[in-house]
Amino acid sequence: MIIQSIKMAFKSIAGNKMRSFLTVLGVVIGVMAIVMLVAVAQGANSSVASSIEGLGTNLLTVSVRSTRYNPLSMEKLDELQQDASIAYVAPMLTTSGTAKAGVTTYTEGSIQGTTPEYAQIRNLTVATGRFLSQPDMDNRSKVVVLGSEAAQELFGTTRAVGETFTISGYTFTVVGVLESEGDSSTGSGDTQIILPFTLAERIFSQKGITSFYVSAASADEVTAAQTATTDYLDVLFDGDSDRYNVFNQTSMLETLNEATATLTMMLGGIAAISLLVGGIGIMNIMLVSVSERTREIGIRKAIGAARSNILSQFLIEALAVSLLGGLLGLVLAWGGLLILGPVLDMTLTISPQIALLAIGFSVFIGVVFGIYPANKASKLRPIEALRYEG
Amino acid sequence: MIQMHDIVKKYVMGEEEIYALDHVSFQVKPGEFVAITGPSGSGKSTLMNIIGCLDIADEGEYRLNGQKVDSYTERDLARIRNRHIGFIFQGFNLLPKLDALENVELPMIYQNVPHAQRRQRAEEALERVGLKGRMRHKPQEMSGGQQQRCAIARALAVKPSLILADEPTGNLDQKTGQEILALFDELNAQGNTIVLITHDEHVAARARRQIRIEDGRIMEPSGGSV
Repeated sequence: MIIQSIKMAFKSIAGNKMRSFLTVLGVVIGVMAIVMLVAVAQGANSSVASSIEGLGTNLLTVSVRSTRYNPLSMEKLDELQQDASIAYVAPMLTTSGTAKAGVTTYTEGSIQGTTPEYAQIRNLTVATGRFLSQPDMDNRSKVVVLGSEAAQELFGTTRAVGETFTISGYTFTVVGVLESEGDSSTGSGDTQIILPFTLAERIFSQKGITSFYVSAASADEVTAAQTATTDYLDVLFDGDSDRYNVFNQTSMLETLNEATATLTMMLGGIAAISLLVGGIGIMNIMLVSVSERTREIGIRKAIGAARSNILSQFLIEALAVSLLGGLLGLVLAWGGLLILGPVLDMTLTISPQIALLAIGFSVFIGVVFGIYPANKASKLRPIEALRYEG
Repeated sequence: MIQMHDIVKKYVMGEEEIYALDHVSFQVKPGEFVAITGPSGSGKSTLMNIIGCLDIADEGEYRLNGQKVDSYTERDLARIRNRHIGFIFQGFNLLPKLDALENVELPMIYQNVPHAQRRQRAEEALERVGLKGRMRHKPQEMSGGQQQRCAIARALAVKPSLILADEPTGNLDQKTGQEILALFDELNAQGNTIVLITHDEHVAARARRQIRIEDGRIMEPSGGSV
């Protein structure tokens, strides 16, 4: 019986191709929208997450609110570095500016003043030349290490060791070029222009350290390192915990995940509305179909179809339309993501949960919006239905 | 076969109650060929609906094959229509999207007859009404007479206790109508019980017995016991 109902449903769907196509389209668009938007939201999440993880899992980022008096100095950081749970500490002074090499100008560079420890903390690899050294710090030498892109832009080659260029009238000598890291969504590490912290402090007239990195001795000691850092700063700032912030990767990832969960819900919700509209389309068409086929229903009932036969016939029809739409939407979304992935430079995948959810939701839509017309059809009285001229 | 006793069917029109059937009683025995005649508005359509289990009487007792029908639920009625009654309508009432074979198979689908058997029985029935060469034709590709033959095949295929025909020749020309009536004669001769509802005296004359109905009452119950 069920097989027969399914056959009948498909016959009727195939019998009205244009109309069925348009009805299915409503569901296709709804499912496609849900699957694609959620995949993009998740893809964005995982690419940000992987770039955060790329920073190193035992990394702590500390920022200090700068006021007139900032007690944090290089000496204090050295003191902090003595803690057993902490491997390296490096201050960070970030600014932007225009670099000039002859007639070439480069404005995209991220100018960073830091110490030699930074290379260990961020796992930077020098491709040619060397990284900053302690004498550079002590002498405030005007030397820089360039990211590969910065070198390429300024000198047209990554073999730029020994070249010179200027920032704000100061002339710098390139002592090293980093290996290319490739793009990440937090900004490329390849645009870095790294100079000694002590020099940067003076050139950019910033007194005191407003931001620094701490790397824990091992991944297991991140919490200990965080506690040590927090305790140290607490003493330093006289218990005014508003003046500093210590982030670790885990809490950053958590914040990110919360944000993307909200985003996913919102995008999914908007897409779900379009699926709902698709469902109303199904109901509309099914109702038209019921009144068009009143006579057919009358004939079927007269020759012995029970209410349940008619009900299942129309319900299966609605279900078939919505399920077809769901599957088609899923396939199209998959194709769409294959194209969109390289364009957005993200890894876009359809998670099985989302696929199931989309299919489940479209079946649900089919049942919910199919049941009323199906019930209406099944309740038609055979005598009246047979008399109906339509 | 059919036993009707004091059947009443009322319609309420405003304040008034109208008796479409006013205490109707009659019997049809197995193997009979009975015509129910009467002018339009006489109540013969109402009677046919009750005989065909498309409607239930308000009062009285109706037995089909010895079983009381009045207390049945909708589902039971559908089952009786499906297994015991072969309908033939004035307008043929074939499903336009199905071909002749599929139309004939339709009532057997609702009986859950297995596919192979269904097909075989449908083919036999179509052969019997002379539509062997038209099995794959859709209704609109057939003449009126062929469509009615197809409808008869659909009624026959379920091997019903009763063939109930409502103005079967009403939409056909004289000659085709005669052919269909001849087919009825033949089916009756083979042992099928036939009740034919018509307003046409000539058509009614083909039956072995006539029951005339006017204003919801039976006028000349001829033959058989009341």
